[in-house]
Amino acid sequence: METSYLLHAEAGGGVSSPSPVIDSSDKVEIKKDFNSKNHVKARIIKDIFFKSTVILFAFLSLLPLIFILYYITKNGIAVINWEFLTQLPRPIGETGGGIFNAIMGTLMLIVLSSIFSIPFGISAGIYLSEKGEGKIAHIVRLCVVVLQGTPSIVIGIIVYIWVVAPFGGFSALSGGIALSIMMLPVIIKTTEETLKLMPYSLKEASLALGVPYYKTILKVILPTGLSGILTGILLSVARITGETAPLLFTAFGNQFMNYNILKPIDSLPYRIFYYAMSPYPEWHTFAWGASFILVVVVLGFNLIARGISIKWKVQF
Amino acid sequence: MESPVLKVDGFSAYFGDNQVLKDINLSISNNLVTALMGPSGCGKTTLIRCVNRMHELIPGTKVSGKMYLRGDDIYELEPILLRRKIGMVFQKPNPFPMMSIYDNVIAGYKLNGIRLGKDEMDRIVEQSLKESALWNEVKDALHRKGTFLSGGQQQRLCIARALAMNPEILLLDEPTSALDPKSTAHIEELIVELKKNVTMLLVTHNIAQAARVSDFTAFIYLGDLVEFGPTEKMFTVPRDKRTEEYLTGKFG
Repeated sequence: METSYLLHAEAGGGVSSPSPVIDSSDKVEIKKDFNSKNHVKARIIKDIFFKSTVILFAFLSLLPLIFILYYITKNGIAVINWEFLTQLPRPIGETGGGIFNAIMGTLMLIVLSSIFSIPFGISAGIYLSEKGEGKIAHIVRLCVVVLQGTPSIVIGIIVYIWVVAPFGGFSALSGGIALSIMMLPVIIKTTEETLKLMPYSLKEASLALGVPYYKTILKVILPTGLSGILTGILLSVARITGETAPLLFTAFGNQFMNYNILKPIDSLPYRIFYYAMSPYPEWHTFAWGASFILVVVVLGFNLIARGISIKWKVQF
Repeated sequence: MESPVLKVDGFSAYFGDNQVLKDINLSISNNLVTALMGPSGCGKTTLIRCVNRMHELIPGTKVSGKMYLRGDDIYELEPILLRRKIGMVFQKPNPFPMMSIYDNVIAGYKLNGIRLGKDEMDRIVEQSLKESALWNEVKDALHRKGTFLSGGQQQRLCIARALAMNPEILLLDEPTSALDPKSTAHIEELIVELKKNVTMLLVTHNIAQAARVSDFTAFIYLGDLVEFGPTEKMFTVPRDKRTEEYLTGKFG
C-alpha cells in the first residue's frame, strides 16, 4: 500500500499546475482507499450479498408455482380415475360422474381455434418478416401488440356481438373464434421472429437455383423455421387452453356431450368455474380434479414446445 | 472463335443514383475461368449478380446495356428460367440446413418441381458429387444433413448443387473467402479441374488466386473495367498503370 501511495504522490507532484477544483492529494487518497484490504473485503461481502439476494428472490418467485402444483396435485389427484375421465357429469343429487364432455370440449376448441388462427398467423408472420419496413407492416405490428394486450373478456364480448348474436346462440364455433383471436398475436410474433433469424444466404441459395419466390418461402424458409413456428403454435395453444373469460360469452358450457360446433360446448376451465361455484363438497373436489388435468395439459404443451425447439433446432 | 458463353455489352448498373458499374464490355468463352478482381466495393460482385439478375432482389437497382447468355438477351428472359441455367456459389457455404446431402444436390430439380425417376436422380447426384470431388467423402453418408460437413466440404456441396443443374456458366462469388487455406487449395484445384466442362466466372479479391486458377482476368476499379485479357499477359505486362499498381500492392 505504501508503495502505491508513493507512486501516486509522485505522479501527482509531477503535474506542474494541479487543477484548482480537484486537489491532487484527494485523488491519491481515493486510490489508496481502492487498494486497501478493507475495501477489497467490503467488495467481496457486497458481491456475496448481491448474489445471495438474487438467488433468494429467484427461489421466492418459484414458490407460487410450487405451491399451486402441490395444492392441485394434493386435492386433485384423489379424484382422478377412469370414471372421472370417461363419464359425463351426473345431475345434482347423484354422486360420481366425470368430466369427459369438458375434456372433449377443450380438445375441440383447441382444434377449432388452431384451424382459424394458424393460416392467418403464419401468413401475417411471413408478411412481417419479408416486408418488415413498410408502413403497412408497421401498422400490422402495432395491431398485433394491441391485440395481445386486449383483455380476453373483451374479446369474448366482441365475438358475442359478431358471432353469437347473429347465429342466435352460444356455440363451439364462436368459442373457437374467440380463442383463435387470442392465439393470433403469439403465432404472428413467433413466426416473424423465427423467420427473421433465417440467414439471407439461405434465401439466396434457393433463388439462385431459379426457384420462384413463393416456393422459396414455402419449401425452404418455412421448413427451416418449422421448429420455431411449431413452438409458437404450441405456446399459444397452452395460453388459450386455460382461458375462461372469453368462453363465458361464446362456448358457454354444456352438461352433456356435444360434437356439433353450432351448439354450446363444455370446456375444462368452464367446468372448473361451474363446479367451484357450486355449494356441493363433491363438486369442489371435482373442480380440483379438473384443475389438475388442465394444469397437466398446459404443462404438457409447454414441455412439448420446449422439446421441439431444442430437438429440431436447425444448425446453419 | 465460337460464340461467347457470356457477352456483356455496354453494361451499367446503378443503386439508386449511385452508378456502380460503368459501361462494361466483356466476352467470356467456353470452358475458361475468368477472374474478376479488384479492391472491395469496386463492383465485381455486382457484375456477377447482374449476370443471374440476383441484384434485382435489392430494391432501387437499375441497369442499362445488354448481356447475352449464348446469344439470348439475359434481360429479356424470365429471371426464374435464367437462374436455372446459371449456377452460383456464394461467399459463405449455404447448403439447405434441413436437407440431406442427397437432397441438397438434387434441390434445384426438387424445389423447381421437375420430376425425375429415382435412377435419374441417383445418377445426377453421383455425377455432381464426383465432379465436385466430394463423392468419396460422402458416398456413405448421403442421407445425413449437409450441415454436418466441414466448411470446405459444404462449399463443394454447394458447387455440386449448382453443377447438378448443368449450368451454362458457373458464377463463383469469392467462394473461398470464408474457408481455411487447406480447403481453399482444395476448391482451387477443383476449379481448375472443372473447367474441362464448365465455364466459370470467379470473383476474387485475392490476386494470387486469380493468378493460380484463371485463364482470363478482368480488373475492375471503381466500377470501370480497367483491363481485360489473358491472365498470364496481364500479370506480366499490364497495359494500364492502375492494374500494375494494384498487382504490385500499391493499393487495394
